[in-house]
Amino acid sequence: MATTLAKSAKSEAAAASEKSAESANRTVGGAGALDVAARIEHVSKSFATPAGQQLVLDDITLDVARGEFVTLLGASGCGKSTLLNLVAGLDRPTAGAIGTDGRPALMFQEHALFPWLTAGKNIELALRLRGVPKAERREKAEELLSLVRLQGAHGKRVHELSGGMRQRVALARALAQDSQLLLMDEPFAALDAITRDVLHDELMRIWRETGVSVLFVTHNVREAVRLAQRVVLLSSRPGRVAREWSVDIDQPRRIEDAAVAELSVEITEQLRGEIRRHGQH
Amino acid sequence: MGSTDTETPTKTSVPADANDLAGLEAGLDALETVQTRRASLRETLVQKVLPPFTAVVLVLVVWQILVWAKVTDSYKLPAPTAVWDEVEAAWRQGTLLDYIWTSVQRGLFGFGMALVIGTPLGLLVARVRFVRAAIGPILSGLQSLPSVAWVPPAVLWLGLNDSMMYAVILLGAVPSIANGLVAGVDQIPPLFLRAGRTLGATGWRNAWHIVMPAALPGYVAGLKQGWAFSWRSLMAAEIIAQSPDLGIGLGQLLEAGRTNSSMSQVFLAILLILIVGIAIDLLIFSPLERWVLRSRGLLVKS
Repeated sequence: MATTLAKSAKSEAAAASEKSAESANRTVGGAGALDVAARIEHVSKSFATPAGQQLVLDDITLDVARGEFVTLLGASGCGKSTLLNLVAGLDRPTAGAIGTDGRPALMFQEHALFPWLTAGKNIELALRLRGVPKAERREKAEELLSLVRLQGAHGKRVHELSGGMRQRVALARALAQDSQLLLMDEPFAALDAITRDVLHDELMRIWRETGVSVLFVTHNVREAVRLAQRVVLLSSRPGRVAREWSVDIDQPRRIEDAAVAELSVEITEQLRGEIRRHGQH
Repeated sequence: MGSTDTETPTKTSVPADANDLAGLEAGLDALETVQTRRASLRETLVQKVLPPFTAVVLVLVVWQILVWAKVTDSYKLPAPTAVWDEVEAAWRQGTLLDYIWTSVQRGLFGFGMALVIGTPLGLLVARVRFVRAAIGPILSGLQSLPSVAWVPPAVLWLGLNDSMMYAVILLGAVPSIANGLVAGVDQIPPLFLRAGRTLGATGWRNAWHIVMPAALPGYVAGLKQGWAFSWRSLMAAEIIAQSPDLGIGLGQLLEAGRTNSSMSQVFLAILLILIVGIAIDLLIFSPLERWVLRSRGLLVKS
């Protein structure tokens, strides 16, 4: 159901996103222009501060293959969110190039749903801005809501939903963009542990059903291992790719699994090492 | 929440415990969903209607006591019954509704024009940095200028006619409406703007789908204040501008009461001005504001 939905409007989305390719060092190709979902090549980013230029990201190179689930892990100051903003096209890199297959969808830590619209209308707005004809919007919104198991919530106001339900509507709205790449900026960090655990399962199911590529930012090592096919650890100030792990643990995983714990310990050790370096000078 | 049996048997990629997950999720949703309830008619009467009614009765009683105690001459403080007689007389002559309608239609038409001018102006000031730097401070400053100050220049420019009244209303209400919208836009959480951009809302689509609805609470507050300013400006204009061509509105009625030394007529005019101002607010702006706030979950019921 959701996969056909993803394919039907593919060409419209590609046409729309080509118009929005705005800068020279950012390419937003149509389907087939890139063989990966996202390509980040030698990207650096610095911000002007009162103390001069501060380098936040230093020479990041990273590919996200089509259909791949990658988590980006790092301590404070590693520029995870900055990198995600660059990939989303909300900001421009100082150096290097970023290419994505269509305009990526972005999910935030806060649900970022519009409170003046109902849950269903939030999704319909995403469809409308993508150019889906009015007659099809309602039905597609219902499909997406049932994909996140919120059928019947179309007319609910945002404030009537619980935190977990809001994040699921936000996920449905992001999927409504029909993007090949879903960027997630600590989307479950503000949820309680029980809800987060359930949403991990849900995200895995939806990722398999839709075949979307995911770049998931977190500071939670276990969450990173629980979800990803590949974990990328960033060092802090400036952010560099410190190390990568491919996670060969069978799905469905649980956050309590011994294999998840084992790899998490290894990654945590490395992460702590990265953090310690900052205390030494 | 909704039903839990959503899995279709054809989906082989779904793990075996998927139904458990659906059930688990439905349980979480049910636990965390808050039920809200609307107040009954009786509660509304007791909580919303009774207190102001009591206050009005109390004022009338105190007023009557002061008259009985003869604290001042009767031409300075007429009895409530004398004012009521004035209402009855105007009603029997059929002029009461004319007075009210003359002013109300001027006020609402002027407010409508202020809305049409103030809204795009506010949007421009809020979103275009150069325009904000150029006229933002003037617009806020204009709000503190009493609109009665505009009556003399308006009379000189436009003469004693309806256009002069509308000019005074516009100069009073447009800054309020524009400033309300500017405040509303400034208070939009940046997250909504980022979310809008990732969804592909740019230019006019951004203004229409994201900025305007996000700024609505501040905008409605500006409209409410804009109406108050329209009404006050109109009364100032009507009191000062006397001309047979203008007809008799509430401001003219008040001024006529003064020239006739009829305190009961003055009281009648003041009461009508007050009542109309409150009525428009209660009938139009308060419901609008409550609807905006309630639909966003910003109105907490105690």
